[in-house]
Amino acid sequence: MVDNTQAQAAPTAAPAQTGQTNTAPEFTPRHTTVPREVGEAVFDVETVSVAYGGAPALKEVSMRIPKGEITALIGPSGCGKSTMLRCLNRMNDLIDGASVSGRITYHGEDIYAEDVDPAEVRRRIGMVFQKPNPFAMSIYDNVAFGPKLHGMKSNLDDRVEKALRGAALWDEVKDKLNDQGHALSGGQQQRLCIARAIALEPDVILMDEPASALDPISTLAIEDLMRKLRGQYSIVIVTHNMQQAARISDRTAFFTVDMEQGVRVGELVEYDLTETVFTNASDQRTESYITGRFG
Amino acid sequence: MATDTGQRPASAPSSLRSSGPSRYADPLFRAIAFTAGASVLVILGLMIGTTTRDALPVFEYQGLVSFFTSDEWRAGFSRTEFTGEYGAFSFIYGTVVTSLLAVAVALPLAIAVSLYINRLAPKRLKRPLAYTVELLAAIPSVVYGLWGLLFFAPTFIRPVMELLNRTLEPVPILGRLFAGPVFTTSYFTAGMVLAVMILPIITAITREVMAQVPRDQVDAAYGMGATDFEVMTKVIIRTSFPGIVGATMLGLGRALGETIAVAMLVGGSQRWGLSLFFGGDSMAGHIANTFQDAAPETVLALIAVGVGLFVITVIVNVLARLLVWRIGRVAGDAALRRRP
Ligand SMILES: Nc1ncnc2c1ncn2[C@@H]1O[C@H](COP(=O)(O)OP(=O)(O)OP(=O)(O)O)[C@@H](O)[C@H]1O
Ligand SMILES: [Mg+2]
Repeated sequence: MVDNTQAQAAPTAAPAQTGQTNTAPEFTPRHTTVPREVGEAVFDVETVSVAYGGAPALKEVSMRIPKGEITALIGPSGCGKSTMLRCLNRMNDLIDGASVSGRITYHGEDIYAEDVDPAEVRRRIGMVFQKPNPFAMSIYDNVAFGPKLHGMKSNLDDRVEKALRGAALWDEVKDKLNDQGHALSGGQQQRLCIARAIALEPDVILMDEPASALDPISTLAIEDLMRKLRGQYSIVIVTHNMQQAARISDRTAFFTVDMEQGVRVGELVEYDLTETVFTNASDQRTESYITGRFG
Repeated sequence: MATDTGQRPASAPSSLRSSGPSRYADPLFRAIAFTAGASVLVILGLMIGTTTRDALPVFEYQGLVSFFTSDEWRAGFSRTEFTGEYGAFSFIYGTVVTSLLAVAVALPLAIAVSLYINRLAPKRLKRPLAYTVELLAAIPSVVYGLWGLLFFAPTFIRPVMELLNRTLEPVPILGRLFAGPVFTTSYFTAGMVLAVMILPIITAITREVMAQVPRDQVDAAYGMGATDFEVMTKVIIRTSFPGIVGATMLGLGRALGETIAVAMLVGGSQRWGLSLFFGGDSMAGHIANTFQDAAPETVLALIAVGVGLFVITVIVNVLARLLVWRIGRVAGDAALRRRP
């Protein structure tokens, strides 16, 4: 057990936009109260490898992703973070030539089993993309899209309101639900996409760099939102922003690219409590990356 | 300009001016381009001017309203005056009915073909399929007419007509559209062959706009657990709707003006009937079928029919533009208001 006892830790408020120096940035990872061992897992990833058109992209990843927590995937570009994320809701099925081997269970059920309907998997496991991608419809219709799709048509108005409140967007849009989703600001659009995802009452939300296209204030709004959603949803987030991972996640998985017989393959280097990864990494490569000495 | 070193020969600055024959290239090219552009306008103007000049006496003789609403067409034989009866409604009706029929059949087909080529067909088949559909546009319409008359109508369309006649004629109001007797050459026959003829143009544009639906919209729908079918209907067709409307209008324009194939297949009578299985005539078809033996006064009447067809086509095109512009503006406005 590693230090997870400092209950009276400094507030997790962002260390602002500091750390843009040449030296190692100061991180104040959130002091988690979760035990180091993953208790109940929402995903159990066992030796998963992914290849695109025969070219390996990700090699033998195993990790248990806990229920109700925020798990961050970090690492250099091209190391397979998005690939890993897309495995979790079978979005890789939509990419020509992608092949996934190994086993991923979701609450103990193999999501790649023969008789599993990928659409059903994606209904339970919501996804938020890097670039806000609301449909060319009204705000209301954007949020109602998923429920209508799956026949959850009773109390549609309530569902929409609940989802928008859940995404901390309600107060900003309640008077203009019939406006186009595209008419919102980038940050609002991303929260609309989160509302759209949670309107389906999923159990997990996957986020691929959800704040990378946003300004700092919108980014903080999204981070606040994630903290609020934590517990009710299990969240897996890919981020390039070290501070962000440190600020919001309970656990961090560090991936890197390895040269293997002249082929670049992504692999999981270290997966631990965020606090541990950021202050006491066990692998040299993790530490180098986090402190900015990574090539 | 000239430097103060004085070392350059006096002629140096002249090298900045173009010399040789190439110096005339630009003005010459400009003149040619202008002439070409202007001649298009002149030809269009002449066409409108002369046809309208010839048609005006007919409109005066028959009465403008009567020309468009009367279905009494009796060709006269005079060289010097108007003696016949020139109500063109039967032909207008034939033109409109065959064209609408063609669009009604071709549009769903074009959407299905586009979705198949874009999203469902195996990769190897996509290009050949798209090319084949476009090749349909390269077949001369007289070939369509012959093929329709000798093969498509008797072996395929005729049985379909008989089936529709048997099953739908008893239906109260709708039944009148499918009333017998069934003629092999009829509005319906012409409409079906027209549908094949306009399929390529509608498909080409529909496929294009569907291919431009952003990938992130498609992913968003899949990410919410949409099936292939739901993605196609709720995202792809919905997003490309303005383009599909435009494509349909282009197809309609093409169908309205189509002459030879329709003339061969529509029936050729000078009357009209409510039933789709009636053998009538279309505006373009009637001109083509009777022009050769027409007496001078009837020639003028046929020109008037041509003017009427031109007017209808222009109206359809203007409506199409307005519609596309209107729909596009709704979507475009939203895009404009989108902040970075
Ligand atoms: N659709 C695809 N088709 C083919 N190869 C792909 C595809 N997506 C990813 N790859 C390859 O898989 C590897 C991992 O890519 P991935 O997008 O998962 O990396 P990432 O860690 O998310 O990178 P980034 O931080 O830049 O988003 C890369 O080498 C990439 O080229
Ligand atoms: Mg990525």
